[in-house]
Amino acid sequence: MLSPPPLRIEVLVKHFSLVKAIDGVTLDLAPGECLGLLGPNGAGKSTLIRSIVGRVLPDAGSIAIFGSPADSQGARNALGWVPQELALYPRLTCRENLESFGRYHDLPAGALREAVAWGLDWASLADRAGDLVRNLSGGMKRRLNMAAGMIHRPKLVLMDEPTVGVDPQSRNRIFEMIEKLRGEGMAIIYTTHYMEEAERLCDRIAIIDHGHIIAQGTREELVQRTFGSRSEVLARFAAARESVEAWVTARNGRMTDGVAQVSIDHPTEIAVLLDGAADAGLELVDVSLRRPNLESVFLQLTGRELRD
Amino acid sequence: MLAIVRTALVSLRRDRGALSLSFILPVVFFSIFAVIFGGRRDTTPRINVIVADEDHSRASADLVKGLAGEGSLVVRVRPTPKQGVQQPEYTAASAEAAVKAGTAPVAVVVPKGFGANLGAMSVVLLKDSSDMVASQMIGGLLQKVAMTSMPEAMAEMGARYMDRFAGGFTPAQRSRIDEGLYLLGQQRNGPARQAQTDFGIISIQSRDVVGENKNAPMISFYAAAIGVMFLLFTASGAAGALLDEAESGTLDRVLSSHVTMTRLLAGKLAFNTLLAFSQLVLMFLWAWAVFQLDFFSHIRGFVVMGLCTAFAVGAFGMLLASTCHTRAQLGALSTLVILIMSSVGGSMFPRFLMPEAMQKAGLLTINAWAIDGFTKVFWRDEPVTHLWPQVAVLLAVGSVLFAIARKVARKWEYS
Repeated sequence: MLSPPPLRIEVLVKHFSLVKAIDGVTLDLAPGECLGLLGPNGAGKSTLIRSIVGRVLPDAGSIAIFGSPADSQGARNALGWVPQELALYPRLTCRENLESFGRYHDLPAGALREAVAWGLDWASLADRAGDLVRNLSGGMKRRLNMAAGMIHRPKLVLMDEPTVGVDPQSRNRIFEMIEKLRGEGMAIIYTTHYMEEAERLCDRIAIIDHGHIIAQGTREELVQRTFGSRSEVLARFAAARESVEAWVTARNGRMTDGVAQVSIDHPTEIAVLLDGAADAGLELVDVSLRRPNLESVFLQLTGRELRD
Repeated sequence: MLAIVRTALVSLRRDRGALSLSFILPVVFFSIFAVIFGGRRDTTPRINVIVADEDHSRASADLVKGLAGEGSLVVRVRPTPKQGVQQPEYTAASAEAAVKAGTAPVAVVVPKGFGANLGAMSVVLLKDSSDMVASQMIGGLLQKVAMTSMPEAMAEMGARYMDRFAGGFTPAQRSRIDEGLYLLGQQRNGPARQAQTDFGIISIQSRDVVGENKNAPMISFYAAAIGVMFLLFTASGAAGALLDEAESGTLDRVLSSHVTMTRLLAGKLAFNTLLAFSQLVLMFLWAWAVFQLDFFSHIRGFVVMGLCTAFAVGAFGMLLASTCHTRAQLGALSTLVILIMSSVGGSMFPRFLMPEAMQKAGLLTINAWAIDGFTKVFWRDEPVTHLWPQVAVLLAVGSVLFAIARKVARKWEYS
C-alpha cells in the first residue's frame, strides 16, 4: 500500500469577508521534495501556509498531512513550522526556548534532551545555549527560530521567509541548515522573496497569485512552459530614453533600470534585432543574451517583480 | 510648534486608551469620591446597631425607642426571622456574638436594673473596633437620646440624688416635683418633643468585642485591601503576556503544537493565581514582621482566602487581556476598571464609610468579597468554615470570568 504524500491540498478555498484569499488551490508535495512557494505580496501565500498549519480554517477543500487532516494530532506531530516572525521568548535562553517548545509538543524528558541538543547543534548555537534570546544577533535569532519549529523532529516543514532581514553570511548558514535537512530526506515548503534562494534550494516551484496557483514545476519546466526556446536580449543604448522605449515597446519588450529587454525566439535572431536598433538610430553601448530565469517567469506571469 | 500640537492631537484622538485615561477616569473618580464624601443626604450611610434591652423598664424602653427614632440608625432588637419564624430579642450574649460575626459594628446593651438605678448603672457598648465611626456615633447619639427621650427618668434620678445626699424634699417640694415630672411626660409625648433639656448624661461603658487583642487594629484590613488592588494590576499585567505572544507570533507557534487554547489559558491562569498568591504571602509576611500582624495563627484562613482571591483575580486578568488587542489598550482598560473596582470595593477606604447604595454596589467587585473574607480571618478570628460565602463567590466569579475569557480568546484561535 502506498504511503500518503507529505502534503496534499485539494481545491482549497478561503474567504476573508468579500476577499477570496485562496481560490481553489490544489497542490501535492512528494517525500523529500522541497517546494518553493512564490508569489507577490497579498497573493495568498501566508493564508495558504497558515491553513496548512491549521491556524486558518478553510471554507472549502481539504488539506492532508501524511494522510491526516490539518490541525489533527497526527498532522501536528508530522508538521514543523518556521514562521516569518521571530516567535521566541526573548527573556528565555536559547536552551529554555527549545525546551519550552519541545514540552508544548509533549516530548518526554529523554527525547526532549536529545531534541534540544540536536536543535542547538543544527542551529550552530550550542556555545550560546545559555544566552538570552534578546541578546542574540538577528541571524542567530533566525536560526533559533528555525530550530524551535523543528524541535519535535517533524517529517514536513513549512519555512516562511526564514532569511528575512539577515546578512549574507547568516543567510549562507541558514542555507546550510536547510540543505542538511534536505539531505535527511525532509519534505519542505519554502516561501521567499529571493529568487536565487528558490533556485538554489527548491526542486520545484509553485507560483501563486490572486489566490490561484498559476504555475508549478521545476525551474526548467517553468521557463520552458513560459518562454519556450526564447531568449532575452539585454541591451543598453546611448540614445534618448523616449526613443529607446519606443523601440522596445514596438518589439513587446520592456525597460528595467535603463536596460532594454526584448525576447527573441532563437539566439540567432540577435543580429537582426541589433541591425533594427541601428536602423532606428540607437547607438549600442553593450548587449548580452540571456536565457529567461525564474525572475523572468515570475514577471511574465504576475506582471510584478517578486519583491514588489 | 503648531505642527507638533496638531500631530499630538491627532495621535491622542486615535488612542482610545489614552483618551479614556485622560478624560473618563478623572470624571469617574471624582464622581465616586463626591458620592462618598460629598454628603448627598439621600444616600448618607445608616449605621446598623443591635440593641439588647435586658432591663425592660420604662427608662430602657424610652432609650430604645429614642434610638429607633434616629434616622441615621437602623436599630435591630432581634435577629432577622429564620424561615419566617420570629427570633427572640437580643440578649447581651447574643448581641456580642452578632457583633463578632459582623452583623452590626456595634451593640447597645441596657443591663438589668438600669432604670431602677439610673446614674448608677452604665449602658454597655459592645463594638467592633475596625469601624471607628459607628461606635463614636452611637456614643454621641446615646447621650442625645437620653436627654430627649427620657427626661422624666433623668429628673427622677436628680430627685433621688436630692433625697439621698441633701436630706430630701419637703412634702410641698415633693408635690411640685411630681407635678413637674407629670407635665414633662405630657410634653414629651406632645409636639414639642425636641425641646431642649438640661438633664444629666447616662454613663456608657464601651468594650471592644472584636479586635480587642489585636496588636495593630487596621493592619490586616489594609494588607488585604491594598493587596487585592495591586493583585488586580499584577494579574492584568501578567495576562498581558498573552498579547505580547499574539503580537510576536509565539502564540501561533504554541497553538500549532499540542497545546490547545483552553490548555494555554488554563496554564496562564494557574501561573497568574500562583503569582497573585505569592504576592499576598509576601504582603502579609511583611505585615507580620514589621506591623505585628498575627499571621501564623490565621494561616489556614489565609491560605483559603488567599488562593480563592488569587484565582478570581487571575481570571479577571485573563478576561481583561483577552478583551484587548494591544498592550496599550490593556494598560488603559485595566487602570480604569481596577481603580474603579478598588474605590467602590473598599480597597481605598472602608466600605462602611460609603452610602448604602455604594456599599451594595461594592459587592459586585472582587475587592469587597476578598476584603470581607480576610477581615473574617484576621479581625473576627472566625473559623475557616465561616468563609464559605466569600469562597463560593470568589470561586464562582473566577470561573465565570475564565469561561468568558476562553470564549473571547477564540479570536486568536483560528482565522
